[in-house]
Amino acid sequence: MFTALHFAIIAPFIAAIFVPILYKLFSRIHTGWFVLTVPTILFLYFLQYLPTTANKETVTAVFDWIPSLGIHFTAYIDGLGLLFALLITGIGILVVLYSIYYLSKERESLHTFYTFLLMFMGAMLGVVLSDNLIVLYMFWEITSLSSFLLISYWYEREKSIYGALKSMIITVMGGFSMLVGFVLLYTMTGTFSIQETIAASSDIVSHNLFLPAMLTILLGALTKSAQFPFHIWLPDAMEAPTPVSAYLHSATMVKAGIYLVARLSPVFAISGEWFWLIAGFGITTLFWGSFSAVRQTDLKGILAFSTVSQLGMILSMLGVGAAALHFDNLDLEDNVFVGATTAALFHLINHATFKGSLFMMVGIVDHETGTRDIRKLGGLMTIMPITFTIAVIGSFSMAGLPPFNGFLSKEMFFTAMREITKFQLFNVDTYGVIFPAIAWLASIFTFIYSMILVFKTFNGKFKPEKLDVKPHEAPFGMLLSPIILVSLVIVFGFFPNILSYTVIEPAMASILPSLLQEGEQFYVDIYFWHGWTPELYMTIGVISVGLFLYLGMKKWVGIYRLFPDNISFNTLYDQAIVKGERLSEKIISSHMTGFIKDYLLYIFSFFTAALVFTLFHKEAFIIETQNLAPVSIYEVILAVVLVASVLTVMFTKSRLKAIIGLGVVGYTIALFFVIFRAPDLALTQLIIETVSVALFLLCFYHLPQIAKSLETIRFQLGNFIISLAVGTTITLIGLTANSNRLFESISGFFIENSYNEAGGKNMVNVILVDFRGFDTMLEILVLGIAAFGIFTMIKLRLEGKEQL
Amino acid sequence: MEIIMSILAGILFMAGTYLVLSKNMIRIIIGTSIISHGAHVLLLTMAGLKTGAPPLLGLDASTYTDPLPQALILTAIVISFGVTSFFLVLGYRTYKETGTDNTERMRGTDSYD
Repeated sequence: MFTALHFAIIAPFIAAIFVPILYKLFSRIHTGWFVLTVPTILFLYFLQYLPTTANKETVTAVFDWIPSLGIHFTAYIDGLGLLFALLITGIGILVVLYSIYYLSKERESLHTFYTFLLMFMGAMLGVVLSDNLIVLYMFWEITSLSSFLLISYWYEREKSIYGALKSMIITVMGGFSMLVGFVLLYTMTGTFSIQETIAASSDIVSHNLFLPAMLTILLGALTKSAQFPFHIWLPDAMEAPTPVSAYLHSATMVKAGIYLVARLSPVFAISGEWFWLIAGFGITTLFWGSFSAVRQTDLKGILAFSTVSQLGMILSMLGVGAAALHFDNLDLEDNVFVGATTAALFHLINHATFKGSLFMMVGIVDHETGTRDIRKLGGLMTIMPITFTIAVIGSFSMAGLPPFNGFLSKEMFFTAMREITKFQLFNVDTYGVIFPAIAWLASIFTFIYSMILVFKTFNGKFKPEKLDVKPHEAPFGMLLSPIILVSLVIVFGFFPNILSYTVIEPAMASILPSLLQEGEQFYVDIYFWHGWTPELYMTIGVISVGLFLYLGMKKWVGIYRLFPDNISFNTLYDQAIVKGERLSEKIISSHMTGFIKDYLLYIFSFFTAALVFTLFHKEAFIIETQNLAPVSIYEVILAVVLVASVLTVMFTKSRLKAIIGLGVVGYTIALFFVIFRAPDLALTQLIIETVSVALFLLCFYHLPQIAKSLETIRFQLGNFIISLAVGTTITLIGLTANSNRLFESISGFFIENSYNEAGGKNMVNVILVDFRGFDTMLEILVLGIAAFGIFTMIKLRLEGKEQL
Repeated sequence: MEIIMSILAGILFMAGTYLVLSKNMIRIIIGTSIISHGAHVLLLTMAGLKTGAPPLLGLDASTYTDPLPQALILTAIVISFGVTSFFLVLGYRTYKETGTDNTERMRGTDSYD
């Protein structure tokens, strides 16, 4: 049944249809105002599900789409789906509001922008609210597509196209691999429904396809969420308009991979490989992203790598948290794995708030100064005080400083990483110590780039000579969205528990369903102050070392030269594209020569090889000599004449001899027809051979002069071998076919009935016009077409190409 | 007899293939013509060459040769004649338009677009 929930998912698509119409009809009103209603209504709509999920209830609405294939458009709302749906619509409201002030009504083609944006919003809602894997995949690819369209929004810029193509190639590659994984899951469980797959998860863990399915699905999740080494598309996607970067590339789309990992944790997390892959990729990405962010000079570049890094952090926490499913009876209170999942979800929300506000802040700086290069910026603190405040709150939260929400999630992250080493699980007790070490190191770099983001932009010397425009504070409408977001940063920082039991706890119940008994729930009280814990000392360490390194940056920044540009993953990607193109070009030009002779060679050799192989592989080659007809002297003489004339045609130096030789071949065959008692064939063959030879001679007359026409055939050994092989194959097949008579001919019927049924005594003619008259009719058609074709070729003259 | 005829068909196919692989247009057409002769011979041989009367009921013989392959060959002869004559005129026109009967000179362009 098609419910309101289904409608809510596809509402953005429907709205997208009307956007161009509204744009044309109300050209004086910024189209964004119309669009703004869509996420607002949807946000309010999804809010009403909060009590439902808080009570551990889920909503399932099935709409049959392709029932015969088990593909249903199943909308499913539980804690995790609702959390993402609220993020998507909530940030969606703010981004649309921001874009109204960011994009100019006069200069930009707003209708395309909002069409793509709404498409993306609907697709994203579909991803997080679908219970069917195939439907999820469909929406997943629409997010890739709409992201591609949005990145290349300013399509006249070469870099936009490059970034869009790169993100498309990488995410679609991952998406396709994910589809393979879904199909593998289906072959194991027999269902596309996620909930049913989770229910069957304990049965499939020892299945052969379990690991391939896990790896292929993970490839999809990792590419979408820009995890190391697939993170390279995200920095190039920064060519998109800033609202797009804020929405897609920080708050929503890049979290689709996170969503998928969280959603499928109950299926896969029982295995140790899942823990190591997720936590390992996450922690690597966390470090590499934060390390690379420090060297960026473009504000959006910093934010891109910081997004990569923070996503890695969330993923690593999900990996650690999923290890909880390995235990049967876990103490739910004060448990490290449960705590890691809490932290992951909490940071997911926090990241959406502060990263969204930071992107909008950078957009404002770009909009008001005309550049995003930190080497040109500086001293904007007094000129743009509100923007500066936004930047400070956002960055400090990102760096994990109190009293903002980033501080809390970072503390919880440290707890998870520190405690994991104490567990006797998947060899973590041996190698686990790398987790807190890398986490701490990465946090230092996070601190450094957060400081760069604020102080290189707003502190220091003001350089008006490097700016194209005179900077000033942004209009209020543009500031509104980031202000709301940083307010949330502060609110969540001081009162984290407004999130815990409304949003986070139900989402945890979706990620770790098997841990809960009837009536139980997770303990997700997030305290602002934990006392003097080791995590607090770690944070103090991060701040002091980070501060020290930030102030002395000039001294150590040279280590980035140890990573030259030509061995980066970007170069690898570019080289792969260039080399791949060159290789395929080389392969194509090596065999597609354009000479008809070469193509004929391929065809002949393929058929010969295939036929001879089959003949001997199936042991079909037999020669029976029992039923053979006797040989008479006439036939031998004719055979000798035929061979002689054929060889003449083949090796003659003169074209005239070849034509006459051909005539001899034709007449000899007519004589064979006479001997083998086929009078009609002999007649036809004689006439047609005569006409053919006449035609050949006619052409010979018109063809080039003596010098050319007497040209000898160049003896080509290769050609000869091929033709010898073809001839031998035909002979072998002929002999085999003669020796394997499986059943009697049906000709007894024709012999008996041609007079009784058809009233004719010439059996061949009766067959041609009566029993099988249809063949004859079409054969006449062939002759007619040939005649018309010849007439047209001779008569019709089109001079010059313009007439064609 | 069938063995000899099979070998003859093989020789016809060999000669036809060899001619088709050459550069000269007329020789290619001659080649296709010889290949179709080979196919007709093969068809006739496949039906068995046991001697019997020609397939004419008026002869009142006890056995007849198989009439069905003869009908098939008759059709094939006419079709191959149609195709051959079309080829010939096509070759003639190609020579008039391009000024060459060498297929190597009739190569397409190198560019893929």
